[in-house]
Amino acid sequence: MDIKDIIKPENIVYQKTKVLTNNVMHYCPGCSHGTVHKLIAEVVDEMGIQEKTIGISPVGCAVFAYNYMHIDWQQAAHGRAPALATATKRLYPDKYVFTYQGDGDLASIGTAEIMHACNRGENIVVIFINNAIYGMTGGQMAPTTLIGMKTSTTPYGRQADLNGYPLKITELIAQLEGTCFVTRQSVQTAAAARKTKKAIRKAFENSGQNKGTSFVEVVSTCNSGWKLTPVQSNTWMEENMFPFYPLGDIKDR
Amino acid sequence: MKEEIIIAGFGGQGVLSMGKILAYSGIMQDQEVTWMPSYGPEMRGGTANVTVVLSDKRISSPIVSAYDTAIILNQQSLDKFEPLIKAGGLLIYDPNGITRHPVRKEINIYSIAAVEEAAQLGNAKAYNMIVLGAFLKLKPIVKMENVIRGLKKSIPERHHHLIPLNEQAIELGKKAVKAMHEV
Amino acid sequence: MAEKVLKKGNEVIALGAIHCGCDGYFGYPITPQSEVMETLMEEKPWETTGMVVLQAESEIASINMVYGGACCGKKVMTSSSSPGMSLMCEGLSYLAGSELPCLTANIVRGGPGLGTIQPSQGDYFQAVKGGGHGDYKIIVLAPFSAQEMYDFVGLGFDLAFKYRIPVMLLTDGMIGQMMEKVELRPQQARLSDQEIAQRYGSWATTGKTPDRKENTITSLALDAKVHEALNHKLQAKYQEITEKEVRFETLFCEDAEYLLIAYGSMARICESTIEAARAQGIKLGLLRPITLFPFPTKEIQRMIPQLKGILSVELSAGQMVEDIRLAVEGKIPVSLFGRQGGMLPTPVEVLDAFKTNYI
Repeated sequence: MDIKDIIKPENIVYQKTKVLTNNVMHYCPGCSHGTVHKLIAEVVDEMGIQEKTIGISPVGCAVFAYNYMHIDWQQAAHGRAPALATATKRLYPDKYVFTYQGDGDLASIGTAEIMHACNRGENIVVIFINNAIYGMTGGQMAPTTLIGMKTSTTPYGRQADLNGYPLKITELIAQLEGTCFVTRQSVQTAAAARKTKKAIRKAFENSGQNKGTSFVEVVSTCNSGWKLTPVQSNTWMEENMFPFYPLGDIKDR
Repeated sequence: MKEEIIIAGFGGQGVLSMGKILAYSGIMQDQEVTWMPSYGPEMRGGTANVTVVLSDKRISSPIVSAYDTAIILNQQSLDKFEPLIKAGGLLIYDPNGITRHPVRKEINIYSIAAVEEAAQLGNAKAYNMIVLGAFLKLKPIVKMENVIRGLKKSIPERHHHLIPLNEQAIELGKKAVKAMHEV
Repeated sequence: MAEKVLKKGNEVIALGAIHCGCDGYFGYPITPQSEVMETLMEEKPWETTGMVVLQAESEIASINMVYGGACCGKKVMTSSSSPGMSLMCEGLSYLAGSELPCLTANIVRGGPGLGTIQPSQGDYFQAVKGGGHGDYKIIVLAPFSAQEMYDFVGLGFDLAFKYRIPVMLLTDGMIGQMMEKVELRPQQARLSDQEIAQRYGSWATTGKTPDRKENTITSLALDAKVHEALNHKLQAKYQEITEKEVRFETLFCEDAEYLLIAYGSMARICESTIEAARAQGIKLGLLRPITLFPFPTKEIQRMIPQLKGILSVELSAGQMVEDIRLAVEGKIPVSLFGRQGGMLPTPVEVLDAFKTNYI
């Protein structure tokens, strides 16, 4: 049998969503970003909202998220994505607007913007990648860095008296009246990725129904920053991150 | 015609709104106007003043070195602005609370006992319109019909039923103004 | 006949925005410009034209909302005063780097620091030299009356979209707080989403339709060659603006032997100074830059042969005077009369300062 006889539409068991571009991702092997990008792209594709979706990329590793999806993108200044999203959604109320932010972007420099956008109940989707470290700038302490965790700016491990405590911003966000759906997920296994995709889908559906802000945290790895292999990173995340950042829905209404 | 006026007193006396009504009256008869307040955090009790210029021609500076008319409603303002009135110019002041009265000889000085008049009228809020009446008696630079039109433009529609009262207060001021010193 | 109203400069910025079909205003309260947002909230344009008005959590959020709105191809604006504008400068740099159109208004107050709420022109450098990081310029318009505050909102948006560049109205509390007669224009309709997609769909984030590639708005270009090319493109744009968009007004300049140069509130005061000088037989003229970037360099150079001296009159320690000196290249004397801290000189003080320097 010739290979051409096999490559037929009816034999396809999996194909990349057309919303993803063919660009090779710049992310390190093992990074969670690529998986989350794929999940978002699939949700956008499956909901048929490609023409109506506007993404806001952050400053950090995901600054180049705009290279990987065939949708319109705005690239925000560090931490300000929720402000851009606020204006975009209010000016185009029938569009689906999401921000894609890391822990430094969302929970440190952009704390005011995320808090107030969520508190106003902007009808946007927030995807929050929490890998407890600054990846792009070379592994410095993030607001979500765990106590004892070594980074380039906490070379002896994060100490509460010196560096303060890791910030559970998602729990804070859940307290805000404007949020309708706040969840914490992960993507280190196929099962976990499927749950995350469901959460992202729900978040986009909420946006379409103007229910308020939907906030999806994805507890992620940064094997380069953590100086571990991808497999070791997943184990380390499960053993150290999950106890402090427990998975599951925090709020759903 | 060009008239440069300072209106000065305490916040809450209606200094700024008096100036606004005067300026709007000017617009109603197609004049050029500027209304330049001293602005700041004081809303009540602090000093407030506004420079109003009405002119037939384009107005250059809204900040002026000397005034044709000063309408003065407290002691600090009298102390500050009496020296800045042009020779031959006009000073109108409410003697209520004034301990050091005006002294200049080469200006025209009139008093308007507006606090007393407003009390007799039974409406303290009419105070600034009584003062405006005194000014309009001495310098009828805007026609009364345009003052009424200016009033309508200046105050919110929900207060338009108060326009007859305002008109009454202006007439009262015209009658009550007294000459103190004329050149 | 057009409606004539007595309004503060700040209030008619709001009316100008509504009437020219502005899509969104995002701001944060600060004295002496809070009337802009207060007037918009009072007018409720979302019920009439559909304009969005939002009180943001900070100036930083405001300018980034403007960034988001500008990405959408919408007519969006903010306003602030000096300390707030300092916070917005980062955003302005991004807007300039991403070649986005928007309007800002800086109702300048005295600085540095928290300073004073009284009038100042101490933000001239920040406005015309960039303010934020990187090699960029924005168009700076200097209204000197309530009418110009109103008119320049529409003009500012026209220039912003013509060149895809941020435009700033630079003025101060004197023009913002002063009431004057303003002739209002008829309501201009906002562009529909379809019209925006047609006009600006080549670059704006209007939603990726099958007929075009996805649009990305970013100021990031890590490749040095690509980034230098972007910078060259920006500089070419600024050059074109310098050639085509200089605006100024002259008063008594035909036979002037001496020249005052002043903008905004100080130009108003200087007009009276000129009148007083002429009454005394002094041949004094006034050049009022209306655009501060682009600066009327050529007009100043044209006048040099007839002039014995120039006095720059500013509410600052001397900022615009540097641009005048660059234009004059040492050919004639250039002096400064500057007041600071919110002190407004009277026309007579300006005349005295002129005489001290030149007579």
